[in-house]
Amino acid sequence: MIINSRFFNRSELIGFVALALVLFVILPLSLDVFRLNLVAKYLTYAFVALGLVLCWGYGGILSLGQGVFFGLGGYCMAMFLKLEASSVENTKIQSTPGIPDFMDWNQITSLPLFWQPFHSLTFTVLAIILVPGLFALIIGTAMFKRRVGGTYFAIITQAVAAILTILIVGQQGYTGGINGMTDLRTLKGWDIRPDHAKVILYFFEVFLLFGCILIAQFIRLTKLGRILVAMREQEDRVRFSGYSVANFKIFAFCMAAIFAAIGGAMFALNVGFMSPSFVGIVPSIEMVIYTAVGGRTSIFGAVWGALLVNFAKTSLSESFPQLWLFGLGALFIAVVLAFPNGLSGIWADYVQPRIDRLLASRKSRSGAWADNSVADGAPAE
Amino acid sequence: MLIGHQPKPFLLAVEALTVSFDGFKAVNNLSFYVEENEIRVIIGPNGAGKTTVLDLICGKTKATSGSIQFRGKELTKLKENQIVQTGVGRKFQTPSVFEDLTVFENLEISYPRGRTVFGSLAFQRDDAVKQRVEEVAEMIFLKDRLDTYADQLSHGQKQWLEIGMLLIQDPELLMLDEPVAGMSVSERAKTAELLNRIIKDRSVLVIEHDMKFVEDIAHKVTVLHQGQILSEGTMEKVKNDPKVIEVYLGH
Repeated sequence: MIINSRFFNRSELIGFVALALVLFVILPLSLDVFRLNLVAKYLTYAFVALGLVLCWGYGGILSLGQGVFFGLGGYCMAMFLKLEASSVENTKIQSTPGIPDFMDWNQITSLPLFWQPFHSLTFTVLAIILVPGLFALIIGTAMFKRRVGGTYFAIITQAVAAILTILIVGQQGYTGGINGMTDLRTLKGWDIRPDHAKVILYFFEVFLLFGCILIAQFIRLTKLGRILVAMREQEDRVRFSGYSVANFKIFAFCMAAIFAAIGGAMFALNVGFMSPSFVGIVPSIEMVIYTAVGGRTSIFGAVWGALLVNFAKTSLSESFPQLWLFGLGALFIAVVLAFPNGLSGIWADYVQPRIDRLLASRKSRSGAWADNSVADGAPAE
Repeated sequence: MLIGHQPKPFLLAVEALTVSFDGFKAVNNLSFYVEENEIRVIIGPNGAGKTTVLDLICGKTKATSGSIQFRGKELTKLKENQIVQTGVGRKFQTPSVFEDLTVFENLEISYPRGRTVFGSLAFQRDDAVKQRVEEVAEMIFLKDRLDTYADQLSHGQKQWLEIGMLLIQDPELLMLDEPVAGMSVSERAKTAELLNRIIKDRSVLVIEHDMKFVEDIAHKVTVLHQGQILSEGTMEKVKNDPKVIEVYLGH
């Protein structure tokens, strides 16, 4: 009768501890600041992947437009940082001092109204969550209430990603256009560029990531988490069990959007700029690939997927820049065809049983009576 | 029916129900009434519109015209989940259970509490839930399989599980679409026993082809043919109706 009565079962606890060890101890100790900052950049995608686990892995809602929410979160953060970097003193060579440089280049002479509230950090933090959250709510309501789902929904999210990119590029006086918002310097007077700031930001991000992991795990263990799985398989049965399927889909989509937005905001802080190249169709699809490679139903797998694919991307695109995109495509096809549950599936199917067998055989060799421990090695999921 | 024109409190009143798919009338001007605690069986040849009638009542298909009143509420204007909440439960023809969840979790999802998004986030698996799940699991012969994932159940067991999922909702009107189809002989007997137990204290609308089974449980039989009622009444009456013999029974 004991079904998931604990917050983490044994293998999840191992996964949690292993990830915490790697992110909090091993990587910071073994990498220089430049590489650690790269990891911080990779981890911003782990937030997106985590959201996709909830939305796609559990709820079966494939969104190919998570870059939209990553971008919205990132731009909200970047707007705050850009305003702070555009003090009158810093921009006195401009024809209109005190506004972001790209506005000055585009003959804009006063700060637009929608930029004004981004002087406040509190507002910015709220906006990072609420703007993408509300946008997802609107898209989700419009789509799911009309029973638009599956591939149609995926295509529409792609269209939204394309539209937002075009909008950002086209309105360069307000958004910085194709170059994005660059030259971000300080957060409330604290310089985000030097090495020690990068290390602090890395740890802050990892803390946030673990916060999101715990939230995702919490949702997974509630009845809502089980309804998401149920919905993925038998939407009608859920509907005829008295649930409004659309509302649950909207919730999952909004959670995924908020996670992605937090990742985007951390991207602006850690990398020091934000541009439309992280909003469009290609980055959105890459985000889905991270989730697929990690294992779309595995919370920890998503983080590993984002880390490993990005490691591979950096090292491969350094040596074979043209080949990388083909490599990524091949990886996606290979994962979908051969390992639909990604790395976490490989772990659960091949590695975990071996460890269990090893532990079990060692126990029986030591002549212990208790065979009960073997039964404890239940499947990972 | 209308002796002295006394308005009778029907549980379900279907009146002048019509649905047309691109001009083809799958259900044509259909009217019938189900009383409280009545077991009504719908029979008829393939394509007669039996499943469509259930789809219309539970909201899966929208009616072109006509009305479906359940306890005085107009169902044609409600959404599927609202219809469930008024007390109508539906079992599908093919077993539709959640295969990636355990038997316990399948039943728990159907437990009528915490059906909103935030309600389900706050839902606690308390003793009342556990007790009810175990109670229903015992009824559907799955008491010792609570931790089994539903994809490991046999076809018959899946059917029972779905019946259990309906049972835990405790609907006033239970609609079953071919509950014994595809079952082995022993499973069939067990299911009949199960159904006989659960149809007490509620109205049931059943679609079934198994005549032996129909005779066992039906209070009243409605024969559908080409979306219309061909005959209606007791099994005895329907069986001897020459029209019914011609299109359905006597082939």
